Parts: sequence; C-alpha cells; structure tokens
Amino acid sequence: MAKDVVELDQVIIRFAGDSGDGMQLTGDQFTSTTAAFGNDLKTLPDFPAEIRAPAGTLPGVSAFQLNFGDHTIMTPGDQAHVLVAMNPAALKANLKELRKGGDLIVNTDEFGDRAVSKVGYVSNPIEDGSLDGYNVHKIALTSMTVQALSEFDITKKEAERAKNMFALGLLLWLYSRPIEPTLKFLAGKFGKKPDILAANNKALQAGWSFGETTESFANQYVIKPAQMPAGTYRNISGNLALSYGLIAASVQSGIPLYLGSYPITPASDILHELSKHKNFGVRTFQAEDEIAGIGAALGASYAGLLGVTTTSGPGVALKSEAIGLAVSLELPLIIVDVQRGGPSTGLPTKTEQADLLQAMFGRNGEAPVPIVAPQSPSDCFNAAIEAARIAITYRTPVFLLSDGYIANGAEPWRVPNPADLPQIEVKFADGPNHKLEDGTEVFWPFKRDPETLARPWAIPGVAGLEHRIGGIEKADGTGNISYDPTNHDFMVRTRQAKIDGIAKSISPLVVHDPSGSAKVLVIGWGSTYGPVEAACEEVRNQGVDVAHAHLRHLNPFPSNTGDVLKKYDKVLIPEMNLGQLGLLIRAKYLVDAIGFNQVRGLPFKTQELVDAIKDVVASV
Amino acid sequence: MSENFPSLSLVPKTDDKQSAKDFKSDQEVRWCPGCGDYAILAAVQGFMPELGVKRENIVFVSGIGCSSRFPYYMNTYGLHSIHGRAPAIATGLATSRPDLSVWVVTGDGDALSIGGNHLIHALRRNVNLKILLFNNRIYGLTKGQYSPTSPLGKITKSSPVGSLDHPFNPLSVAIGAEATFVARTVDSDRAHLQSVLRAAAAHEGTALIEIYQNCDIFNDGAFEPMKNADSRDDVTIRLEHGEKIIFGANKDRCVIRNKDGQLVVAQVSEVDQAQIIVHDAHLDDPTYAFGLTRISHPETLQDTPIGVLRDIKRPSYDRLMREQLDQVIAKDGPGDLAKLILGKDTWEVN
Repeated sequence: MAKDVVELDQVIIRFAGDSGDGMQLTGDQFTSTTAAFGNDLKTLPDFPAEIRAPAGTLPGVSAFQLNFGDHTIMTPGDQAHVLVAMNPAALKANLKELRKGGDLIVNTDEFGDRAVSKVGYVSNPIEDGSLDGYNVHKIALTSMTVQALSEFDITKKEAERAKNMFALGLLLWLYSRPIEPTLKFLAGKFGKKPDILAANNKALQAGWSFGETTESFANQYVIKPAQMPAGTYRNISGNLALSYGLIAASVQSGIPLYLGSYPITPASDILHELSKHKNFGVRTFQAEDEIAGIGAALGASYAGLLGVTTTSGPGVALKSEAIGLAVSLELPLIIVDVQRGGPSTGLPTKTEQADLLQAMFGRNGEAPVPIVAPQSPSDCFNAAIEAARIAITYRTPVFLLSDGYIANGAEPWRVPNPADLPQIEVKFADGPNHKLEDGTEVFWPFKRDPETLARPWAIPGVAGLEHRIGGIEKADGTGNISYDPTNHDFMVRTRQAKIDGIAKSISPLVVHDPSGSAKVLVIGWGSTYGPVEAACEEVRNQGVDVAHAHLRHLNPFPSNTGDVLKKYDKVLIPEMNLGQLGLLIRAKYLVDAIGFNQVRGLPFKTQELVDAIKDVVASV
Repeated sequence: MSENFPSLSLVPKTDDKQSAKDFKSDQEVRWCPGCGDYAILAAVQGFMPELGVKRENIVFVSGIGCSSRFPYYMNTYGLHSIHGRAPAIATGLATSRPDLSVWVVTGDGDALSIGGNHLIHALRRNVNLKILLFNNRIYGLTKGQYSPTSPLGKITKSSPVGSLDHPFNPLSVAIGAEATFVARTVDSDRAHLQSVLRAAAAHEGTALIEIYQNCDIFNDGAFEPMKNADSRDDVTIRLEHGEKIIFGANKDRCVIRNKDGQLVVAQVSEVDQAQIIVHDAHLDDPTYAFGLTRISHPETLQDTPIGVLRDIKRPSYDRLMREQLDQVIAKDGPGDLAKLILGKDTWEVN
C-alpha cells in the first residue's frame, strides 16, 4: 500500500534505549545513510560513562540525536520531532527532549508493569493518558523482531538484540532512505557470523516492510538533499577528523607522527584511529600513564618527529609539568585536549569548554602555550594542521582544544584534495650558527630566528651540534645553565614574545554581520560555532541585527581582536563554562563583555541563545 | 668496538680514535667535592670510546636530582628533564630513532619514588635504554631527607626520630618488573663499573645498573664496608657468569641452595663442591636472580652481590615497534593521504 509522501525541510530524530540496545550504532547508520543521501546534518551522541549500567534503569539510558535537512544545518537541534524510546527508562529520560505534538515511537514490549515501576512511573505512561500531547506510535518492536526471525537458528536473546535494526528499518522507511548502506555495513560487521548477519538483515527489512503496511503511520516523508558546494563528501566525526588532520600534518611536514597517549574518555578514539595507520609511519605508544604519554611524545619531538599527546582535562592536569618542560626546551609538541565536564572526573562522556584557563595558565612559572580550537567536527582536520604548523614553526607546545560534543558529533565534510593543503616547512639545524669573537664557529642551541624567535631544532645525530638542554633556566644563546637575574628576566619575556608573535601568522578575526549595522557582537570560541551562528541567523530572521565572530586562536588572539570588540556597543560571550573567555577578553581588552554561560554537559540550544542575544540587543 | 655491542647495530660507527677527553663537555662540574658522582662520570667518560659509535649519536637523558646533572658534563647530546620522567622521555626517543645509543641517568629518589611507575614499565617493555641508577640512599639535592632505599629507622631531616619506611631493594623491584638485564656495581671500583657498562651496552633492551654511590654530605659512608680495603672482600660477592659463586678474602664462603630451595651463603668447607651455585646470568627463570638480590643484608651490606645478576634475551620494544611498521607497510604499501581521508562511503555533490 503506497502512502502519501510529504515533503519536509528538516527533521530532528532522537533514538533512546538501554546502553546495550545499540542506539549509537542505530544513530550512526541512520546518519551515514542520510549524509550519503545528500542532506546536511549534525549529530549529538548522548550516552553515560558506564558501559552497561543495569538494564532498564535511568543511568543506563543511551541516546543519539540527529538533525538533518534540505538546507545548512548548524546544530543537532533543540527538541526532537521524533523520539524512539526503546523502554520506559528511555522514555522517562528523554521525553523532555521531544517537542509537544511530536512523534513518539515506543516499544510496547518493554512497558510491562515491572519495567514501568522500576523507573518510578506509578502507572503505565503509554496507557494512562499522560502522553496525550504527543503523537504516540505503540509498536511491539521486540516481539515483531523475534517473530520475523523465527526461521533462523538463533537464540531468542540473539533475536531480541536485532530489534534496533527493526527500529532502524522503520525509520529509514519513514524518511524514504535506502536500506542498502546498512546491509553493506552489517555484512562487514557480521561477515563471520552468517546467522547473525542474516537475522539483522531480516530485522532491518521487516522494520521497513512494517512501515509500509502499518496504519500507525499515515504518511511517508521526504527531505530533499541540501544545497552544498560541489565536491566529494563524506560523513565525519571530530575525533576521526582530528586523527586525519594529525596524519595530514605529518605528511605535509615530512616528519613521522608519534603519539604518546593514555586511554581517557572522550579522547581514546584518536589513539585507536592513529594506531591503525602504521603505514604512514605513525608510531602509537600506549603509555603507563598520562605523564609518560606526553614524556614519550616530547622525547620523540626531541628526536625530530612530530610528537603528539591526546587526553582530556584530568590528563592535562597530570601533564602540566611536562608541558612546562616543553615550553622551556622549546620543542614542537601538540597536546590534544578533548574537553569534558569537570572538575575532577566530572562528566566523562559530556561536553564542556572549561579547560580554556587550564590550557592558558595551568603551569608553574610564566609558561605561555598557544591554543587552537576547532569549531565543528570536520574543522578538527584543519585545526590539527594549524596546531602542527604553529608547533613546528615556533618550536613550542600547542594546545588543540576540542570537546566531547564535536569529538563524537558528526557532519558531512567536503573532503579536501591533499594538494590544496598547506605545506609545513621543517628545518633541522645542520651546522654552526654563531661566530665567537675569536672567529670560532660554534652551535648555540638558544640563538633565535629573528623573525619567529624560534630556536634551532637540533636533533641528535648531527656532528658538531652536541649540546645539553633542560628545564633549568638557560643563558640566552649558549643555552648553558644560568641563574643570572637579568638573563632570566630576558628569557621569560622572550618566550612570551615568541608566543605573542604568532599573531602575525594567523588570519584576522572575521565578523559575520550581514547588515553591517549590528550594535551587538556575539563572540564565541570552539565548538559553540554552530549553535551561536544558528541563533544569530534566527535573530536576524526576526529582523534584529547581530554580529558574530568566532575565535579559532585563543592564544594569541588575532591581532585585530581588540579593534573588532571596540566597534560594538555590547559584546556577548556564550561559553560552556562560567566565563573563561570572558575573563581573558575583559582582562586583555578592558571590554565590559557579558557572559552567557551553561555547564550542562550539552551543547547550547538555539532557542536559549536566541533569547540571550535578544535580551542584550534590547538593552542597547 | 661496536661489533661487540649488538644492541648498537643500527648506530653509526666511527673510525675516529676517541678518548675520555672527547666526552668531557666544556661545563664546570658542580657536584660537591668528594661526591661519588665524579668517579662515575670519569668511568663513563672513559668507557664511551669502547662503544665505537659516533659521539653525536649518543644521548644522555636524566630526571631531577644530583645525579641528573650528569648530561651537562657529557659532550654528547643531553636532555635534563623533570623529576622521575626520564625513562618515559627516553622511551619516546629510543622508539623514534634506532640510530641512537640512549642512556638514562637517575637516582634512588628519581627512579624509585617519584618515577617508580616509569621505571617498572620501561623495564617490562624492554626499550633499548641503559639506565644508570645512582643509589646513595638519601635525597641529596633537597638536602638530606630519607629516600625509598634508606634503611628503616634512618635519622634524617625529615625523620628526626627515624624513618618508618621499609626500603626497596632496587634490583628485586627490577626483576619483579620483568627486567631483562639487572646489574650492580660500586662508584669507586672503576674497573668493575666499566665491566658492567660493557655488558649493559651489549644487551638489547633495557639494562638497569644500580651503582652504589656515596653522598659525602648527607649520607657519608653508606657503602663503606664495600669500599674499605679491610672489609670489601668479605662483604662483596663478585658475580661472574659461568663461575662458581665463591667469595670472601680467603675464598672460604659460597652460595648454595638450601633444602627449602633458597639461595644462602655457606662455608665452602661445609658443603660439597657440587652444591656451590655456578652463576648463570642467562637463566630465564627470574627466581634465581631474584634470590641473589635477597642474599645480602641491606644495612650491613654483608654478602652483597655485584656484577651482572641477570642478562636474558628478549626482543626490545623499539625493535618490535619498528617491525610492526615495516610489516604493515610491506603488506599495505605506504600510506596514501587522499585515499585515507576519502574513506569508503562518499558521495558527490555537483
């Protein structure tokens, strides 16, 4: 029975179930199918730190939200149009994320009395009328899956586990997406288990067929591909893009990549990914702890490789002393901090931007470190190359501040041609660089390039350049141990000047102010780009002017930052922290910036930002 | 020459005639007069020419403490790092560059207290590093607190009525950490120290050399029984691979296995010759070398073995890492960036 096909411009779907229900996989498959179909999209995986909390409980709920449309999509969306709730816990934890009147697909098989009362419902929500404000689709997902798989020689439990494929099949039908990409994915995943593969394929097809025949859905929907610049596209998450960016930096600089890392959420995927690419000469060293991870990376940098360490906030705290050593040794090093909720263990799987000041100041002594922050999942690729450029050119550790949202979130990416990527020039010292008064030619490890103030990168193995360096203060030029007061003052100021001078090599801050007459500037950094721009766009659509600038370089700031800030009557700084960029901006530029701050472990919702911006505009 | 040092097979050789002087840097040595470190420095500088490798391919890495100033005085590449982390930094260096001979200089506080974790993991991985652990059983640079090798009850600035810390036996720790090469020597015995350096340099993988080193300011005389001509032969067991373990000024004592299987000291006159243990540093079973580390009385130093306790073959971590890279490249070919970033699922927008 063919149904009416209705065209939509945008849909937000949220899948929610037990951690063991395969919601992330379901979401990923729907995402890659949708990306390949040509829609623009953003995703938000939202899962607990526990691997498998007890089944059917609120702590065990894992969710995945996807926003896709026929136009540019900036965020994973505020409230969903469709919520798939695989059990009462998923319903209870996620119902507030579904907009009123939205479609609610519930797996009725899991709504028995015990399961319902386990999460604190006094009566069954799918029968007691409490969901009347939603368009509820009661579907026996588990039993229909088991029934569809009765022909297979698998256990009931194995059959039940395929229910996520039934749900996926239904959703693919509902939004007119093909099932072939998922069939191909399943063939790869279960190729060695033919029974399980056949069962999953069948469950997927059964879900699709159910959509065609059920009366629960009156319509099928279609969302046309979005207009995007011509090119070859793929879907990519932030951690994957960041891994590729590091490999690209290695290729573009011609020096091998060395990752020293200790597993930590949400950064571990970078370690996993880089360990797969040994054919690029990538060495991955899983260290005994965070300190050894950065220690080995720094040892590799000293050896002439591109040393990288990957971690999250708690790991940065442990690495602080070694970062200070890298500052003092003036060697290239990349510290990737995929930020998560803090302090301490905090919220391991949730996002936050609260490590900015740790990256900026979290060391003893005057120890300036450049900071680069990507603004979206795919932008992690370019940001990694930029971090490597700064590290190599200026012989300095560099922070790359990603976060849990863009690390795990995904979006379509127009894949660049490697020929268009910037080259990173590496110059190792190869001979004497200084003439003594008596005419002797010598090598001075701390004689600087007058332009960049970088010292020579003198790697072991070059005759005549034998030298000793360390964390003790060094005499300018010779690098010998020096406790001289004037020399220390000079060296501290020179290291700072070297970092400040990086501003000369970075692009000026660009302001997006289509009308050119905005009085309010919204300035953000890192992963808030999507939500902030979406909110500004919404405000403009309501006829209110607002300007948006987004910082990629947090240390040093682009040279024109002060001029930009001073052009506006009011400056609003939304951050997923309690005002860290705000503190820096106020201190450096004496601008009375207003903060909009949230630390909820989640990206900003567009509507909240719209309200905040309008409040500030109204106060001008 | 370097043919004797299989662990240096990838390090460029030199035909230049080197001497100890070539390994002295232009920096003024700043240890206290009378410090045992001077003797170790001279012994190491005197030994380096034996390696037969280019001086620029030798790197000394250290942590923090008196001993860790060592790299400044060697005319090689040198890196004076942070407290306890030298094995981690040296691991990155050695796994990046097989053409380097990498040496770590550390102390009992640096290696066994703040850096204990890195030491044990370097040992189990068997990275091609030679670790010289200067053990003076005291914190020197911070002016005299007890260290993890100070004896129980030690009176120091931070333990005015005696330390409550039971000490480590560094070699027992190393063997427990799966070390493939473990040796001990004494700062003042240059010939012995150099013989141990020689064996360590030949070993592929991590070599740990504990050097009993006198701190004449804060712990003077800690190893005196092993240095004094009157007592040293009586307290010291000089291990030689393949030789019966017999010691004492009169060669009247030996090491045997008692009825419980423990290694113990006995009078030669009271045992059968066949009972006397023949030292085998290549025994894979670590309990033998561990047993040797437990014979001595740490406080009196009576019956202290020196020499190479353990020297077994196991592929080094850096070699395994290199081989993995080579195998993957041989199988898949060198990486292609364009192909990598495209992945398998793409679509075209026109």
